[in-house]
Amino acid sequence: MRYIDEYRDAAAVHKYAALLAKLVTRPWTLMEVCGGQTHAILRFGIDELLPPQVTLLHGPGCPVCVTPLELIDKALAIAAQPNVIFTSFGDMLRVPGSHGDLLSCKARGADVRMVYSPLDALKLAQANPEKQVVFFAVGFETTAPANAMAVYQAAQLGVTNFSILVSHVLVPPAIEAILSAEGNRVQAFLAAGHVCAVMGYTEYEPLAQKYRVPFVVTGFEPLDIIQGVYMAVKQLEEGRAEVENQYARAVTREGNLRAIELIREVFEVVPRKWRGIGEIPASGLGLRSAYAAFDAEERFGVASYTAQESGECISGLILQGAKKPYQCAAFGTRCTPEHPLGATMVSSEGACAAYYRYRLPLEQADS
Amino acid sequence: MSEFTFSCPIPISDYPQVLLAHGGGGKLMHQLLDKLIAPTFANPLSAEGHDGAILSFNGTRLAFTTDSFVVKPLFFPGGDIGALAVNGTVNDLAMCGARPRYLSLSFILEEGLPMETLWRAIQSIHAAAQAADVQIVTGDTKVVDRGKGDGMFINTAGIGVVEHDLIIAPSKVREGDAILINGDIGRHGMAIMAAREGLTFESAIESDCAPLWAPIARLIEAGVEVHCLRDMTRGGMASSLVEIAKACGLHLHIDERRIPIRDDVRAACEILGLDPLYVANEGRFVAFVPQAQAERALAAIGAGAVQIGAVRADAKGKVTAQSSIGISRIVDMLSGEQLPRIC
Repeated sequence: MRYIDEYRDAAAVHKYAALLAKLVTRPWTLMEVCGGQTHAILRFGIDELLPPQVTLLHGPGCPVCVTPLELIDKALAIAAQPNVIFTSFGDMLRVPGSHGDLLSCKARGADVRMVYSPLDALKLAQANPEKQVVFFAVGFETTAPANAMAVYQAAQLGVTNFSILVSHVLVPPAIEAILSAEGNRVQAFLAAGHVCAVMGYTEYEPLAQKYRVPFVVTGFEPLDIIQGVYMAVKQLEEGRAEVENQYARAVTREGNLRAIELIREVFEVVPRKWRGIGEIPASGLGLRSAYAAFDAEERFGVASYTAQESGECISGLILQGAKKPYQCAAFGTRCTPEHPLGATMVSSEGACAAYYRYRLPLEQADS
Repeated sequence: MSEFTFSCPIPISDYPQVLLAHGGGGKLMHQLLDKLIAPTFANPLSAEGHDGAILSFNGTRLAFTTDSFVVKPLFFPGGDIGALAVNGTVNDLAMCGARPRYLSLSFILEEGLPMETLWRAIQSIHAAAQAADVQIVTGDTKVVDRGKGDGMFINTAGIGVVEHDLIIAPSKVREGDAILINGDIGRHGMAIMAAREGLTFESAIESDCAPLWAPIARLIEAGVEVHCLRDMTRGGMASSLVEIAKACGLHLHIDERRIPIRDDVRAACEILGLDPLYVANEGRFVAFVPQAQAERALAAIGAGAVQIGAVRADAKGKVTAQSSIGISRIVDMLSGEQLPRIC
């Protein structure tokens, strides 16, 4: 299949691995900040091709995993109300809140539906004028344009029974939080290709300068990832700290200007809580006051909810790259995809779920 | 020090209610079977963990199985609930190595269902039964209140005859066996997903829904010593392989590069973030045969058949897959159904 097979070519991948092994002279620690890349690394076994000096950490790149517990509680409270159709991307449905998940809520009679696009949720609202249709707007910059478009169209069309529960987060502030944290080990970042396809990569340039760390905008296929690692290690070995673009087939420096314009029309930058990390200033998106009528938190009176996270789950340390999933005492025993302690085990993009699914030692993989 | 808190997100190890995921062919469904069903009705016949039970009467072996069909939408590209209801049960019999002969047919209809819809389903059942050479010999019809059913549910049960001396079961899988499949995977699940409300994308993917007795009969007629057969329905190829690995206690190793997947199915899976190994099929099976007979078996199954792996003894009850760049990884069962990813 075009645009897939050439980037999964085993010979090319192994060639890059050999080049990387020749290039590296000392230990380096890199972080990818995208659940899709984490998944691809483990599914294809790219980490096993890296020379022992190169360590890949898996950052807070899964939008499901970083969505705070209280927001899931808000979703559950809204979904449980009569006359509500609660819509969501598929992988949010299984994430546990304080009391159950959206799928259990559905089993108790709530009208919870999976959609692939927020625009489909808007269509549902138009088709069901007597119902309140709510879309769970989670994600990084990647999903922001479509979510902004749904709200923008709802406003244009005068659809008043549509609202969104917003939990948008932004990548650069999270990276800065990791870089400025005490004991940070990350020396270079693979920036997520799809985030940069929307936003471009100018936001990473001041970070590269300020913290002297290389960034490589990287795609999602095995060849993309190993090339991204190679480019980052090459910068480190040469003492450079620049923003480079491995994913040039999809990403420009400026990004998608129309998408950015739409995001800015509907959303403004706000502080956001990150699951396992806490509040990061200016790290998310919220609806602008002109679109406040579409804010589900206000419409359903759940804005003041708070929740405490589990003590045993170390997903915060995992998301910051301080620990690997298998370094958690509960990993694979008390915490499995069927009995997750935290969101990193629930989401298919979560680092713990990816390790559980692809990397559990043979003798432990019993369910 | 973290303190105990009531809002700890630990869910729900035993869900107090039935979830859709309990019917998804994954771990939750197996938990349901292992905890509630199997221990209650334990007997040597059901303990085989097969797609049907083999019953012996005075030297004649009969296969007996049942299946219920709750597909939505009722009609989808490449098939419909009627064809599924026949082929699903016919194929469970075929996987026992039995020639399908007789089916029962039970409808649960929702008040308000258009008569024309029912007639279309009946016509489809008739055509599928003819194609599979089975007779519908008994049945039942119930109607439930509007809103209490999804238009139409169908249950079929089937009886088939075992006309050979082979014992085809997971317990017969041996180290060194070749693992074969009869064609490309993932079409049925993606056809349904494409047709389902809320996930509209343009697609020409048709379900692979088909009766499977003919290729199984050819395998047996060709003298292949078939060890085990399994149709790769709910939960897809991965779940079928994991079930067999657990039942036989051996290590099934497959090479992902050898698994045929149509480009449009792959593309749809890539877009939705789904793994085709877990997508349902309705006309695909996996066969375990001695490696020395693999070529003969592939020829007997016919066009599209490929060997995707082999059985090893170096790990107990596991499935591993070699990725497209040559690295091995674990293949496990999912909890429930696959859910499309956010991005």
